[in-house]
Amino acid sequence: MAATTLAPPPAEDATLLDSNEMVLNMGPQHPSTHGVLRVILKLDGETVLGTDCVIGYLHRGVEKIAENRTYQQFAPYVDRMDYVAAVSNGLGYCMAIEQLLGVEIPSRAQCVRVILAELNRIASHLLWLGTHALDIGAITPVFLCFREREQVLNIFEKYCGARLTTHAFRIGGLQYETYDTFERDCLALCDLMEEKVQEYHSLLTGNRIWVRRTKGVGVLSAEDCKDYGVTGPLLRAAGEAWDLRKVRPYCGYEKYDFEVPTAESGDTFDRYIVRMKEMEQSCRIIRQAVETLPAGPIKGKVGKVIKPPPGEAYVSIEAPKGELGYYVVSDGSLKPYRLRVRPPSFVNLGALDKMCRGSLVADVVAIIGTIDIVLGEVDR
Amino acid sequence: MPRPPRTGGKRPLRRRKLPPGAKRPVRRPIRKKKPLKMPSSPWEGPLPEALRGRFGDSIREATLLGGQKLVVADLAAAAGILQFLKDDRGFDYLVDVTAVHWPKREGETFDLVWILYSFATNERVRLKAALLEGAKAPTATGLYQSANWLEREVYDMFGIEFDGHPDLRRILMPDEWDGFPLRKEYGIVQQDVDWVRENLKIESAQ
Repeated sequence: MAATTLAPPPAEDATLLDSNEMVLNMGPQHPSTHGVLRVILKLDGETVLGTDCVIGYLHRGVEKIAENRTYQQFAPYVDRMDYVAAVSNGLGYCMAIEQLLGVEIPSRAQCVRVILAELNRIASHLLWLGTHALDIGAITPVFLCFREREQVLNIFEKYCGARLTTHAFRIGGLQYETYDTFERDCLALCDLMEEKVQEYHSLLTGNRIWVRRTKGVGVLSAEDCKDYGVTGPLLRAAGEAWDLRKVRPYCGYEKYDFEVPTAESGDTFDRYIVRMKEMEQSCRIIRQAVETLPAGPIKGKVGKVIKPPPGEAYVSIEAPKGELGYYVVSDGSLKPYRLRVRPPSFVNLGALDKMCRGSLVADVVAIIGTIDIVLGEVDR
Repeated sequence: MPRPPRTGGKRPLRRRKLPPGAKRPVRRPIRKKKPLKMPSSPWEGPLPEALRGRFGDSIREATLLGGQKLVVADLAAAAGILQFLKDDRGFDYLVDVTAVHWPKREGETFDLVWILYSFATNERVRLKAALLEGAKAPTATGLYQSANWLEREVYDMFGIEFDGHPDLRRILMPDEWDGFPLRKEYGIVQQDVDWVRENLKIESAQ
């Protein structure tokens, strides 16, 4: 929440009718900023000369809270960062503590984790697609996407009782065994999704307005992505087939046969295509995981009291938005000495200025949507 | 009937009577648990060798901590190491910059941590350097654009200043906020009372 450095133009240059530079404030109360993001735009007519993000309105001091809670007590807090992908947040957190403890996770727990994380990826992408299309002016997809997202949330609710902030995993494995019709529900959802993705394609992919609003907008090359630390679908849309599930597999992702969808030009349209394909790939992973779901215990050898040895670990996973990392420092006590979250949304948002420069004001809305930020995670 | 108050002192140990002929079970002594340690071993390989060859004693240690590559170096050499890792070793992605506050440690009370990744070799390295209270850290903004916001957050939360950062100001907390929340002496419910009164028009709950 810092004041802008983009000063308004000197008064003597700006007359009423000329098109000198002007500074326009967008947000924090703006429907297309997906929460409370404030962007200060410096404009020359309709062209964006520069932007400055003002963030922190949702800052809750999650990292500070972590230092004052035990390892288990902190686990529900991570769900409240990226609240549309709570399962992924919990997965990364549990894996980081498990790395500190050095425990093995039973294969059944791993498999259920994969299923739930992929379901969450679908839910997150659906919410992104609906709101992103709504920002650009397409009203219909948001209703369709929420309809399907509901089915995913129903599975979460049946599994752990919560729909949004799930707290589905525990350090060492799972808290709950799957419910009776879990496998059937997952497969039914895959069937549904594969059909519905085609429906979204028919609504948007060939739509002339959609294509004109997204093609060539907010281009970020692979080199720029790396420079800005941008990961996830944004990097893949720029042509780099980089996915942590493939390059540094965790949770047994190496066992599943799936592709990393990529595109070439790195614009808003390509990111849309990449995310649509990712939903299909997630279905593919879920099918394989459900078919090979092993029997066995769901929790590894973890005591009631979690007290990792002194040390530190950095563990990251491929969250729906990019690389989500946890850097945990333990001093051998019951509470983390320091817990750092490396949020994908925050780092990706850092490239907003680069993507916006030279585009039009209306494109800024499309670009904020295409980064797929969740302000709960940006501000933590 | 209320129990008579205990008068202090140890009660004599009363052993249960055993039936005649039975043996008293041998009780196993309680063994003290060994304190757990994270598996750690010296990190050998071309990269730590190259770092040692180039930066000599500035590299304090190179370890594999729980299988993760960690280099601890002097702060003065950190900028050079980052440059070397990026330009010569292809670490083209700065994953994260963060800090850890150790107020009880003598001397340098901060640890700065850089996490680097190389797309070409799929290798991840953590660089750590200790920092004195009030000392300035070298900026990585000249090497990686991602350092811009990450270093601003470190400054915001710990008050560590980065030398040469183009736009060093708070990022999550309000500009006029007093104090650096992630320092250990900063309490969890602590607030800037004056800021709250002035900007939110309420009395702080403290």
